Amino acid sequence: MIKVSGLRKVYGSVVALDGVDLHVRKGEIFGVLGQSGAGKSTLLRCVNLLERPTAGAVTVDGRELTALGEGELRRARQGIGMIHQHFALLSSRTVAGNVAFPLEIMGMPRDRRAKRVEELLELVGLTGKAKAYPAQLSGGQKQRVGIARALAGEPSVLLSDEATSALDPGTTQSILALLKRLNRELGLTILLITHEMDVIKAVCDSAAIMSDGRIEEAGPIPELLARPGSRLTQELFPLPPAEPGSVTITFTGTYTGRADEPVVSQVVRKFDVDVNILGGALEDVAGVSAGRLRVRLTGEESGAALGYLRDRGLLVEVASR
Amino acid sequence: MTWSDMSPLLWEATGQTARMVVWSTLFTVLFGLPLGVALVGTDRGGLFPAPVARRILGLVVNVGRSLPFIVLMIAVIPVTRLITGTTIGTGAAAVPLTIGAVPFFARLVETALREVGRDVVQAAQAMGASRVTIVGKVLLPEALPGLIAALTVTVVTLISYSAMAGVIGGGGLGDLAVRYGYQRFETALMIVTVVVLIVLVQAVQSLGDAVSRRLTHR
Repeated sequence: MIKVSGLRKVYGSVVALDGVDLHVRKGEIFGVLGQSGAGKSTLLRCVNLLERPTAGAVTVDGRELTALGEGELRRARQGIGMIHQHFALLSSRTVAGNVAFPLEIMGMPRDRRAKRVEELLELVGLTGKAKAYPAQLSGGQKQRVGIARALAGEPSVLLSDEATSALDPGTTQSILALLKRLNRELGLTILLITHEMDVIKAVCDSAAIMSDGRIEEAGPIPELLARPGSRLTQELFPLPPAEPGSVTITFTGTYTGRADEPVVSQVVRKFDVDVNILGGALEDVAGVSAGRLRVRLTGEESGAALGYLRDRGLLVEVASR
Repeated sequence: MTWSDMSPLLWEATGQTARMVVWSTLFTVLFGLPLGVALVGTDRGGLFPAPVARRILGLVVNVGRSLPFIVLMIAVIPVTRLITGTTIGTGAAAVPLTIGAVPFFARLVETALREVGRDVVQAAQAMGASRVTIVGKVLLPEALPGLIAALTVTVVTLISYSAMAGVIGGGGLGDLAVRYGYQRFETALMIVTVVVLIVLVQAVQSLGDAVSRRLTHR
């Protein structure tokens, strides 16, 4: 749905994007995680060409945006919704006026506009707030207006620029739930950038980690969890630095369908080993339970025990001595 | 001088001042608003960046603003004659008034437009809005309370300029004060003129403040 290849963006001597490739599949929620300054905001703004990339191509919904002229690009943008960290609502317009704005740009006649605005406000749960001004709304309500406005043109793609970063945790959850619902109900493809792991955890199907203008790793979250040395896994389940010889076991609900299978006690029973647990964490990510366990195995049959765990489909990483 | 002597003089002068101010305000907005938009738009990172044009516009505005009005008024007499065919009267006075107020108003417009958040402009761009749409539907409406405040300050300034315009035959309250109050020592008329000017300025300022507040939804 969104394909970015060889993207570079240079401001003077600063390289903001250094050869970024990204593929967002239709109907998924793709999260780009990174610290501020990693280039993720530039990346997002290159997708709808708010920033012109220095080099590289951007294709959205089969159209290569980087090849379009100004007029065509404007029309293409009408099919790409965007929501913003600080909402970016027009303070001089009411809620209804804000949602109607993209419809005015598209040239929809007034009577149809009014009807569409009503539908959109209902969709985001703001019925009855049509006549309020943004200044009278809470942060969460403002973002709902932002979402309704972004959806006005029935876009196939929604870009989210840190949409929950200015909200408190409870409101963040309700906005994320709304995005998830829109993703499921409308088949909306969402590309979001965030610096919060919790956002990735809560809604994303796929993720990418960005730093210094490059994508470090990217892919569907279950795949990343199964990948040795994955940074996403490390950030998702922070454990103390691995001591030499310690064993890190990463498990996801997909390996047997159950993350709560008592593998550790099975290992102890089947093999002549002792297991010392050093640390661990368990989370629900991308709809599956997943976790990481750091243990030290001692005993004659340690090697066989590790083999058994690998055979069960677990990712077993042994820190080198 | 009795009240009945003063009254017709005052009415006439107030009417002349009002005419000068209304006409010059109209033309000031007509030229100053686009100039203010151009000052913001041609800036680096603006809607239609043009650094050279921006520098020229900035220079013209600064030159206009650095001349004291009384000097400007006399300096532009040939232009006034060209446009109105005369250099005397309220119509002729509107020319230097407009020329004097346009750069001033344009700078105020520029400041008001800069108050509009960059994120709002970019959101509109992301929706596929054209630059004309962004000026007409984002920049100007969002800056409207600030623009009204700018207009208010400009009208007050024009009232004060118009008093000076009286010196070169524009008539109005300033002319009345000079001819009667200063040259004929009619202290009573002088005081009444001062009061009328104060009331006029107060009324404009209060109206402007009220409208601006009414339009603010922040």
